[in-house]
Amino acid sequence: MTLDRVPVGHSARIVAVDWSRLVEEEAQRLQALGVDVGSTVEVAHRGVFGGSDPIALGIGRMTVALRKVHAAAIEVEAA
Amino acid sequence: MLPRSKWKRPEVGEPASPVTTVALVGNPNAGKSALFNALTGARQKIANYPGVTVERKAGRMLLPGGEAVTLLDLPGAYSLFAASPDEEVTSKAIFGEFEGDEAPQVLVVVVDAANLEQHLVFAQEVIALGRPTVMALNMLDLAERDGLVIDPHALSEALGVPVVPTIAVRRKGLVELGAAIAEVAGHEEHHRPATSLAERRVTAQAIAQGAIISETARHRLHSRLDRLFLHPWLGPLILFAALFVVFQAVFSGAEPFVAVLEDLVARLIGLVRDLLPAGLVRDLLTDGVLAGVGAVIVFLPQIVILFFFILAMEASGYMARAAFLMDRLMSRVGLSGRSFIPLLSSFACAVPGIMATRSISDPKDRLTTILIAPLMTCSARLPVYTMIIAAFIPNRNVGLGMGLQGLVLLGLYAFGIVGAMLAALLLRRTVTKGVASGFIMELPKYQLPRASDLLLGLAQRVLIFLRRAGTIILTVTVVLWLLLNFPRAGEGQDQVDASIAGYTANGLAVVLKPIGFNRDIALALIPAMAAREVAVSSLATTYAVSAASEDAQAQALGTQLKSHWSLATALAFLAWFVFAPQCMSTIAVTRRETNGWKWPALMLGYLFGLAYLAAGLTYWTAVWLGLG
Repeated sequence: MTLDRVPVGHSARIVAVDWSRLVEEEAQRLQALGVDVGSTVEVAHRGVFGGSDPIALGIGRMTVALRKVHAAAIEVEAA
Repeated sequence: MLPRSKWKRPEVGEPASPVTTVALVGNPNAGKSALFNALTGARQKIANYPGVTVERKAGRMLLPGGEAVTLLDLPGAYSLFAASPDEEVTSKAIFGEFEGDEAPQVLVVVVDAANLEQHLVFAQEVIALGRPTVMALNMLDLAERDGLVIDPHALSEALGVPVVPTIAVRRKGLVELGAAIAEVAGHEEHHRPATSLAERRVTAQAIAQGAIISETARHRLHSRLDRLFLHPWLGPLILFAALFVVFQAVFSGAEPFVAVLEDLVARLIGLVRDLLPAGLVRDLLTDGVLAGVGAVIVFLPQIVILFFFILAMEASGYMARAAFLMDRLMSRVGLSGRSFIPLLSSFACAVPGIMATRSISDPKDRLTTILIAPLMTCSARLPVYTMIIAAFIPNRNVGLGMGLQGLVLLGLYAFGIVGAMLAALLLRRTVTKGVASGFIMELPKYQLPRASDLLLGLAQRVLIFLRRAGTIILTVTVVLWLLLNFPRAGEGQDQVDASIAGYTANGLAVVLKPIGFNRDIALALIPAMAAREVAVSSLATTYAVSAASEDAQAQALGTQLKSHWSLATALAFLAWFVFAPQCMSTIAVTRRETNGWKWPALMLGYLFGLAYLAAGLTYWTAVWLGLG
């Protein structure tokens, strides 16, 4: 399952990331923010103006926003 | 940098401090700026780093021994390996790569106590440099609010650097931090082995877990607030309500202050008239200097109120939520939620707005935002809009507590926004074509903004505005007054027609005539290239000079306009200013941000084209409707 399919309020563990689908700076930023293989994230909120995009993730004590296209490159398993 | 002459040098006999420069380093949202303000007070100087337009904030800080050091507040970064212009500045400043700047002898790593496992990742990278380093365990109060108890000693032992708990907003731990800086200052550098990001992350987690004594699973205030502010339908409702309150406050809240300022300017003019003998000097002072600068200064209250809200939204953490909510809409025109913050700031002034675009990592995205930022109705347009609206639009109630004047003003704002969105759409498909931009950002914790931080930020912006009024606008109005008054008119000839300025404007008026602009407008538009609000002072000066009698001179500018302009012309003038890029500072900052003349030239071209078209369409429609 990819991260963009995780419903709001659910947690998931990142098992793989297809970095090739992301722009280099974006990949670097995501890693710096802790969105990387092994981390557990919680889908906290989703955008409102159609398409439920972007997505707000809870990572540890931090909240990080990213878009559905980024989440689609992230493979997760239920945590 | 502060001039060295202002430094308090150590007294003879005191041990000379080897440390002269200290830098605050840390993740974004670690509370660095609040700590910087608390440590330096108002003794700070904001400038730009050479070559880039990232703000360089330097201040003077006193160590407990009385030695003064320069404290640098470096931009927030996630890594020394730069992924954005901000991060590049941070790593260059740390290594002393900016000309004229020395590398800081002591680094203060600022971490958010409530976000240790994340902030320790970058902190390790900084500590590994081996420079004398102190850690400020900041925002301890917010961590406690989250139910966290942290042991600074355990943290210090694990990291091998002194750790000082600080609460910048309550000025706690500042003396201790100073003492720690002085203590490590003499330490020798000892590099530590470089580690990979993955290694640092594992270590950060382990260290954070070891330092956290207890953690109560408490419902965190911040996630509860997010549930409200990011709620599917309450969230947008709150955002639009907030924006409505801001603009309402800007326009009605400022009124009493504007009235006081207007009165003050009028009294000053009266005073000068009474004190000085009639003549050119007196006219220069009253019609040139006071009428010109006065017409602009009266907008200070609105600017202060607008900036107050923008600063408060930024400091509270709400601005990032607004970006989150707006991302989807912005993506429709090829932008991201990140553009929302620069664009919102552009409602105050496009210059800080354009400078704020450097937080956008995608270059095409950033360029598009820069190009459309001048379409946001900045505070400099307010003088123009308010003047025309007050003179030509009847003060009628159109129901729902809304006046017709307010409605027209709102329409002008909307016009600018729609224009900006269309322009973005077009630009993204042509000159700034590229892959769809992304949106990745941290949503910081909510915080009650500290009054003194807000006041400091406000004071800095007011100063910039006043300096502008005092220099550019003053110079321009005085020059215009001179051009308007020389050569002197002969018997029975109009002074404006006889003057150099009038002569030039007559030429320009030929081009502007089709869109309903008269000679006086052409005359006002030339100096208004420097700044939009100059149009008001220029019109004031023009009509003051051409007024035949003292009585006519004393007439309010609005009355003068009404007798010289048709409604169609007035409306076309408003439409012109929605688009026209009449601001030297915006052009200059665009050139600086884009490193060349190509983009500012494009900006000038497309915006003047749109302005001409918009004014023309407005004029022709109005005439067709019989308003000519």
